[in-house]
Amino acid sequence: MSEEKKLYTVSVYTENNIGLLNRISAIFQRRHLNLDSINISTSEIENVSKWTIVLQLSEERVKKVIGQIEKQIEVIKAYYHTEEETIYQESCLFKIKSHLLFDERQIQNIIKESNARIVTVNKEFFVIEKSGRKEEIELLHRELSVFGIMQFTRSGRIAVTKDEMKISKMLEAFQH
Amino acid sequence: MKDTQTLNKEEKSVTTTERISGSEAIIRCLLAEGVDLLYGYPGGAIMPVYDELYKFRDQIHHVLARHEQGAAHAAQGYARISGKVGVAIATSGPGATNLITGIADAQIDSTPLVCITGQVASHLLGSDAFQETDIIGISTPVTKWNHQITKASQIPEVIAKAFYIARSGRPGPVLIDITKDAQFEEFDFSYEKCKGVRSYNPVPETDIDDVKAAALLINSAKKPLIVWGQGVILSEAEKELMAVIEKAGIPSAWTILGASAVPTTHPLNVGMVGMHGNYAPNVLTNECDVLIAIGMRFDDRVTGNLDTYAKQAKIIHFEIDPAEIDKNVKTDVAVLGDAKDSLSKLLPLLNPNSHSEWHQQFKDLYAIEYNKVIKDDLHPTKEGLTMGEVLKEINVQSQGNAAIVTDVGQHQMIACRYAEFTTTRSNITSGGLGTMGFALPAAIGAKMSAPERDVVAIIGDGGFQMNIQELGTIFQQKVPVKIVVLNNEFLGMVRQWQQLFFDKRYASTEMINPDFIAIAKGYYIDAQKVTKRTDLKKAVEEMMTSEGPYFLEVAVEKEDNVFPMIPSGASVSDVRLE
Repeated sequence: MSEEKKLYTVSVYTENNIGLLNRISAIFQRRHLNLDSINISTSEIENVSKWTIVLQLSEERVKKVIGQIEKQIEVIKAYYHTEEETIYQESCLFKIKSHLLFDERQIQNIIKESNARIVTVNKEFFVIEKSGRKEEIELLHRELSVFGIMQFTRSGRIAVTKDEMKISKMLEAFQH
Repeated sequence: MKDTQTLNKEEKSVTTTERISGSEAIIRCLLAEGVDLLYGYPGGAIMPVYDELYKFRDQIHHVLARHEQGAAHAAQGYARISGKVGVAIATSGPGATNLITGIADAQIDSTPLVCITGQVASHLLGSDAFQETDIIGISTPVTKWNHQITKASQIPEVIAKAFYIARSGRPGPVLIDITKDAQFEEFDFSYEKCKGVRSYNPVPETDIDDVKAAALLINSAKKPLIVWGQGVILSEAEKELMAVIEKAGIPSAWTILGASAVPTTHPLNVGMVGMHGNYAPNVLTNECDVLIAIGMRFDDRVTGNLDTYAKQAKIIHFEIDPAEIDKNVKTDVAVLGDAKDSLSKLLPLLNPNSHSEWHQQFKDLYAIEYNKVIKDDLHPTKEGLTMGEVLKEINVQSQGNAAIVTDVGQHQMIACRYAEFTTTRSNITSGGLGTMGFALPAAIGAKMSAPERDVVAIIGDGGFQMNIQELGTIFQQKVPVKIVVLNNEFLGMVRQWQQLFFDKRYASTEMINPDFIAIAKGYYIDAQKVTKRTDLKKAVEEMMTSEGPYFLEVAVEKEDNVFPMIPSGASVSDVRLE
């Protein structure tokens, strides 16, 4: 198995219980692993949470981490996927001074070309939302930072797999 | 894991509804789970539960430890000798944190425990209230599962789940933290035992194709070696293991926690593997062609340097915990499942064999170990007493029937090497965590759990002083444990490393010890100290035949070392005899 580090998307299906965040994060902390991003949301099934964790690791180590995650009582299933196996997105928000929208015509072109969206505009500031891959968001950030950004925030990655998830059937059973 | 608690207490499941307090519910739940003995220490946030323990004192015996760590280890000893779930109870804050070492020990040694801690009232959570500590946060990495209860109505379901999780699959400790208001609150109580948790599959099903693949490898092996661990004991697979060993004629070694699953004197039992294990199984690990690991986890103290561990061999791993497969050693065939079940499936597929030439290699290496190490340990000619000869004397007088409870260090390695076991669950020790202070309280739990058995705690002078206060528990409960302190006036194992690897710089390992006999007698425990070989036999005899608890101190040679030894980071086959 390859020792080479790659970017992996780890998907974890869990019960929605207090304390599980601590329990899962302890698995990474104990192994001195840093996460690129983490997102926890509801899944396709009510009361089942889906975690999307992104990290750089060798395949051998990511497998062991998956084993440790699945071992936790309230974890239903955990998987890891390469970039090629998933469809993934991140989202971000930019808060920018309103006068720039009219003073700097270029900004409107940037918004249009990057497929970003203006969420709100008021006297002081306007907010742009952009969803996409990390690189697209980084590009937009670079382009906008020239004009000055009041606030910026980016979400963790969310991802779905191209292939059917084996968990789907299992989760269906949970509903009955 | 089979559990008698589960089987015979079914009728105690409470189905009718009654309005009772949370704290009474806790006791009723424990009774329904078959708990009649628990260890603990009272305090503010758990007082309502203690009040109920008082009311139910005819049905459930609470043992007051002298420190919560002692309570946790006692519960471990109880669990290890019986296979039942040990229960420990403590108050919030320091009471709860004092349990942690025992919980961590139980986690790494797969011991079923349910620990119940009191917590400040729910409206005070997060306010830094008196004796508030985030015990859920603290215990998370060292528990199989934990849960905080803030409403009385949650108590039955959560406690039922706690026992189920603690005992099923690969066992482990569970901590339940219960706020004080939930203990006082009244609710409509009914109890139903937990039969499953939807997100948790305790025992993966054994795939018969994997068993067949394993059998194929074993049948074609010229030099097979079995290394079994505690998984065999936890799944009660001792008979199945023995049948496999005997039918296929496979030399079989054990990890420290696997000790006693097969009698010491069995001809195919070739001894202990690991850092201070026997010479033959360590050396021949790197010569076998098929290594069959059963219910063990390739701990670093077993494998030494992984890069040179059994590289020539095909590896078969029988294991209940999928996370253990390929964790340390890459397997060729992994057989998931309960050892009892998978070994039963394996047995009919094995060809009878004797491997007598291969077995002879073990005998030859044993002869070398005997001449270089064992002879001087067991039959010393020098003046000073050895730890080994004390063990030999205990073997003789207990006829191998005693349960040996050891602490951590040189005495532990000597005890595990030389204790003769005839029955399973007879070696109770802190393996994975290496917790000094384990033995004295664990022996209490073991003896109370199995009063019909002789329980001998073997402890160093260092570890004895780590939970020495539990002599008070022994005295108050009149627990007839035999306590042997092998006193070399050193933290012997650390001193040995200092001698071998730190140019004899004995930094903080020499101990100026108190008068242990006076201390034992202070607790009204019969005690004697042996300093001469000629007095040893009689003293051990007095101890073994005494009715009550007994304390025996043996002054042993101060600077003896434990050999064989695999130096840290070395290969198993580089095991040193001197």
